[in-house]
Amino acid sequence: MPSSEDRASAYWRANLKLLAVLLGVWFAVSFGCGILFVEQLNAHRLPGTDFPLGFWFAQGGSIYVFCALIFAYVVAMNRLDAKYGVSED
Amino acid sequence: MDVKTWTFLLTGLSFALYIGIAIRTRAGSTKEFYVAGGGVPPLANGMATAADWMSAASFLSMAGLISFTGYDGSVYLMGWTGGYVLLALLLAPYLRKFGRFTVPDFIGDRYESKVARMVAVVCAIFVSFTYVAGQMRGVGVVFGRFLEVEVETGVVVGMAIVLVYAVLGGMKGITYTQVAQYCVLIFAFMVPAIYIAILMTGTPIPQIGFGGMLQGELGSRIADGESISLLAKLNDLHEELGFAPYTSGSKDMVDVFCITMALMVGTAGLPHVIVRFYTVPRVRDARLSAGWALLLIAVLYTAAPAVAAFARTNLIDTVEGARYAENEGAGAKVLPDWFKNWENSGLIAWVDKDGDGVLRYRSGSAFEGKPTFAGGPDDADARGASGERLVTNAPLAGDNELYIDRDIMVLANPEIAGLPNWIIALVAAGGLAAALSTAAGLLLVISTAVSHDLLKRTLVPEISERRELIAARLAAAVAVVLAGLLGIYPPGFVAEVVAFAFGLAASSFFPAILLGIFSRRMNREGAVSGMVTGIAFTASYIIYFKFVDPSANNAEHWWFGISPEGIGTLGMLLNFAVALTVARFTPPPSEEVQMLVSSIRVPRGAGEAQQR
Repeated sequence: MPSSEDRASAYWRANLKLLAVLLGVWFAVSFGCGILFVEQLNAHRLPGTDFPLGFWFAQGGSIYVFCALIFAYVVAMNRLDAKYGVSED
Repeated sequence: MDVKTWTFLLTGLSFALYIGIAIRTRAGSTKEFYVAGGGVPPLANGMATAADWMSAASFLSMAGLISFTGYDGSVYLMGWTGGYVLLALLLAPYLRKFGRFTVPDFIGDRYESKVARMVAVVCAIFVSFTYVAGQMRGVGVVFGRFLEVEVETGVVVGMAIVLVYAVLGGMKGITYTQVAQYCVLIFAFMVPAIYIAILMTGTPIPQIGFGGMLQGELGSRIADGESISLLAKLNDLHEELGFAPYTSGSKDMVDVFCITMALMVGTAGLPHVIVRFYTVPRVRDARLSAGWALLLIAVLYTAAPAVAAFARTNLIDTVEGARYAENEGAGAKVLPDWFKNWENSGLIAWVDKDGDGVLRYRSGSAFEGKPTFAGGPDDADARGASGERLVTNAPLAGDNELYIDRDIMVLANPEIAGLPNWIIALVAAGGLAAALSTAAGLLLVISTAVSHDLLKRTLVPEISERRELIAARLAAAVAVVLAGLLGIYPPGFVAEVVAFAFGLAASSFFPAILLGIFSRRMNREGAVSGMVTGIAFTASYIIYFKFVDPSANNAEHWWFGISPEGIGTLGMLLNFAVALTVARFTPPPSEEVQMLVSSIRVPRGAGEAQQR
């Protein structure tokens, strides 16, 4: 059994890795698809609708992804808490 | 029943509900007053956070703003939701583990510095007052429009209600009233949105209708036999009338990027939002309630752009080429009653530049500034050839003949779409719920900053629990009255200083808290110099362009093309850079603080942390 300090720092590294992935997605959908590449994406339509794709990301799509990101974070962190034995209960 | 009776009935009922809840949830201790005893379930906290967050501006103004700016309005949609991802992932769980009462608490304890605490107190109070003035004004405006009372009377009634539940219940009372207010405001926003979606696109889900075909009662009339989608039609109309396409922007990309970033980071740094995460029992509840909060906020924030596009299409279709005067022969398109009602309240004006009696809506302003009318709405002499109210403003050279205030889009939308009276009244109750819930949350931050951070933690540490609670209530009462005064006598600069609230939160709190959690090495010198640099830079940029030399406030003079609304992004980067550099060359924080940082990084033990 590793010391509690080692476990805590392993937990922290796993946490940072998770944050990097989730924040990468956060940046990609909002600043990437909604702002930086909006014109290129506007040449396409969101399948099944008449939304220009970039416009849709800026006025809806990114918000749905934001919600999904937080819930993914909740689930992943609860797993990490249990795995590293730092959960509250 | 007419609109006024419905409005009295619905707002009266909602007020009775808020007061009833407040009486049942009085606060007995400072912990209950500051953080609702730390026992709020995650879903309830999510609802309260959502109501706290969605202000009069979100409810009344945002859809209108998007309606008139199209893609450029996306900065608010992404900015005011994306911040929750930062909040949930980077701040909320750790602050919950830290487990005190306020944002200055964290900054003061983490950096062992009274100066840092005081900087945080001043920022928290300034940001909150800036924000609360707008809410009180919103209350007054809704009262004024729908109940035909003076704006002042409306503000006083609003003050009285907030006074009862904020002073009596503190955070506990506010939390549970906000839960009710969330329900009222989301219902009030969604019912007309769904109605209009059905009328214009034949689907009850606005978010889907937004990208669908024009069909349904109103939709097929606008499509006029063509099979065309809403957005395509809207872009066609815009092109026809000389506006920029609705689905692509006219703002510079650098500026859009920076404004969005400043709003996101500012959202995550606003004290009245952060403090909500101290109220849940456990770290995992803090994470989950951030998820609930964003989901509940997203309901409104994804419907608002749909409402904006519906309203825009409907507006252009209704007013462009319509005659003002009636009985001009059969078949002629005539302006509807709502146009004349809102003209009477001074928010719409028409200048018949070519004298043909037909309204022409084009890009550009009809005349300089806001309309000043030649006489009151009942003054027959102050009306023109078609019966329109005459304005004394000098007309501008362009073809456009219409002035329309952006703020009426949400309020007038049900009338524009011809919805029943009770829905119009519902919008009034929803607007009040949005304004009151946000005002209460902000007032609590102000009162806590005074009684807890200033008195208990700085000036008179030996103050007893009972007296601290009295001080908190007094501070809340004084803050309500001040906020009311700001609502009755709005300083002309309120709209200007909103950029301040987000800019300051982004350039001061966010980096200081983030570094306090994620960098064990960050010390007092680094954090304080970072905050001071961030604030000084952001504030002087905004003050220069908004007050010192407003005529220079355009892309030509902005640094890197960044407007004052987006400058918080640079301020934040400066804060990070200065803090990290200074911390490198100054001694690390004490052993005790480093232990604190280690302890807030793991969830275990959050229950005890609160007992300290």
